[in-house]
Amino acid sequence: MRLAIEVENLQKTFKGKRMVRALDGVSFAVPEGTVFGLLGPNGSGKTTAVRVLTTILRADGGSARVLGYDVQKKAALVRTLIGLAGQYAAVDENLTGRENLQMVGNLNHLPRSFVVRRAVELLDQFNLADAGDRPLKTYSGGMRRRLDLAAALVARPTVLFLDEPTTGLDPQSRNDLWEVIERLVGGGTTVLLTTQYLEEADRLASQLAVIDHGRVIAEGTPESMKADLGATVLEVGLPSIEDALRTGAILDTLGPHASLVTGTLVEVTVDNGPEAAMAGLRALDAEGIRPQTFNLREPSLDDVFLSLTGHRTEDEVAENGDGDGGLSPRQRRKKIRLEQLEAALPVATGELA
Amino acid sequence: MTTAVAEPTVSGAPHSTGVMSNLHWLASDTATLTRRNLLAVTRIPEALFFSTVQPIMFVLLFRYVFGGAIHTDATSYVNYLLPGIFVQTVAFGSVSTSIGLAEDLQKGIIERFRALPMSRGAVLLGRTTADLIRNVFVIVVMTVVGLLVGFRPSTGVLSYLAGVLLILFFAYALSWGFAIVGLSAPNSETAQVMSFPLIFPLTFISAAFVPLSSMPSWLQGFATYQPFSVTVSACRSLMVGPASTGTGRSTSFWVVQSLLWTFGLLIVFIPLAIRKYRTRT
Repeated sequence: MRLAIEVENLQKTFKGKRMVRALDGVSFAVPEGTVFGLLGPNGSGKTTAVRVLTTILRADGGSARVLGYDVQKKAALVRTLIGLAGQYAAVDENLTGRENLQMVGNLNHLPRSFVVRRAVELLDQFNLADAGDRPLKTYSGGMRRRLDLAAALVARPTVLFLDEPTTGLDPQSRNDLWEVIERLVGGGTTVLLTTQYLEEADRLASQLAVIDHGRVIAEGTPESMKADLGATVLEVGLPSIEDALRTGAILDTLGPHASLVTGTLVEVTVDNGPEAAMAGLRALDAEGIRPQTFNLREPSLDDVFLSLTGHRTEDEVAENGDGDGGLSPRQRRKKIRLEQLEAALPVATGELA
Repeated sequence: MTTAVAEPTVSGAPHSTGVMSNLHWLASDTATLTRRNLLAVTRIPEALFFSTVQPIMFVLLFRYVFGGAIHTDATSYVNYLLPGIFVQTVAFGSVSTSIGLAEDLQKGIIERFRALPMSRGAVLLGRTTADLIRNVFVIVVMTVVGLLVGFRPSTGVLSYLAGVLLILFFAYALSWGFAIVGLSAPNSETAQVMSFPLIFPLTFISAAFVPLSSMPSWLQGFATYQPFSVTVSACRSLMVGPASTGTGRSTSFWVVQSLLWTFGLLIVFIPLAIRKYRTRT
């Protein structure tokens, strides 16, 4: 199979007040006509990879090729072959939908008559025909994203880059956009999709790479990744830490995955949700443990991260207010590991006592 | 190359690399972006309205409030004032170049442009050209306002138009300077507050509003020969006669001074702005 995108050992360091190694030797390959998902939290290097591939940013080292062309040496040619839709919905507020599409068409150096026809076609296709001559200020978030995607498609690109296409959208708009993307893929376009949502990657991508601190830490199909991870997460809330520790030990026996105890919350990934839930409840009941909450949920990106790296995504760390903003990714990882070790210590002493 | 690749999928989109073809696309892309920037002006009529109201208020303020206290020998104060107001207005207006570029960067539009097969120079050219065209409109409005409050140019239409061209050319050079500010600012609000400290002293420590002879002598040198002042003096000379400048210099002296400054600024600003645009990530 021919490769639409080849990335080898890509490096990029941002120099500023703080050195940030955004890409630390990223490699992956995307066959033509497939959808490749780049999955990772904020600041993992996804967007930097897309910016290098779309010729916006120069890499420091390694190579990146689109349809066989080096993105740095053949940048002008690569730009005629790609489309980019970004998480910031880079469309012009002051223009109408139609004017936005025509502007992009003209800047793609397409014939005027084609641009006019193509704008009509895309507005129709993206359910924006009625809003086509209204300024974007009147558009909803979902409509803007659809127009952004339409703008990326004006020149019928062979390879399409979607940088977090649904981040910040409500569930309905997200679903609508997913349907649009699925239709595109049916048409044979190669797509590189970045996302923070495992559900999105699962639904749209045939191949995934998980990226963290500028490195690919796992690769595979969504199925294989979920199989490694367990299909479902069982989440049990207990009244006390003591109960939580006991529950953790009991749930460990349910399957191959180890449980995680965080305060009074116990999480374990299981392969068969309902079966594990019933078994778990019976076992807890036999021990006289009364959970306060009991949930089955889909595994999130955070669960993937936890199982792959042993740490949670940066977002949560930041939200926990650890205040380690000044640390390098490597130092931060070390700090998190230390914290986890410390957190594990009382467990050990508790079990001894 | 190991894999055969389909040619660009849309018909009639030649991407030859000849110099003529490059120039053609540079002009075409600049026109597209100029149109886009001007459309934005018409879509926010409030902004256009208030940016015109401000210079009109300056005219009224200096004509009827401060003007009585300012003594000019060679011509009436209103004739002295208006060329100064023209230059002040386009200078303040050129700040919009910095705000516009900072906004495009902030909103990610320039990110999209960078991934398109368009001419690299068109973003800056389209922005400065749109601001130039907007200034034409502003000068027309200000001329009408001036005539209403008693401004009487006396040197003929051609000479007046030459003055207008000189102002537009000078404002165009300033736009490139403010393009650098806009490309350096983290957002449009900052671009605006960064711009005014640059423009304010140049506008007011100048020949625009008061006769140079009324300033302390240590200030007169700067106030006479800085780029704003020479442009104001050149316009004053062209529009109401060389005597009106009160400097004893000829029209051609000031015109040459103004053109030298304007060319000098362009030669410095354009490469700096282009470099800033290339390196801004």
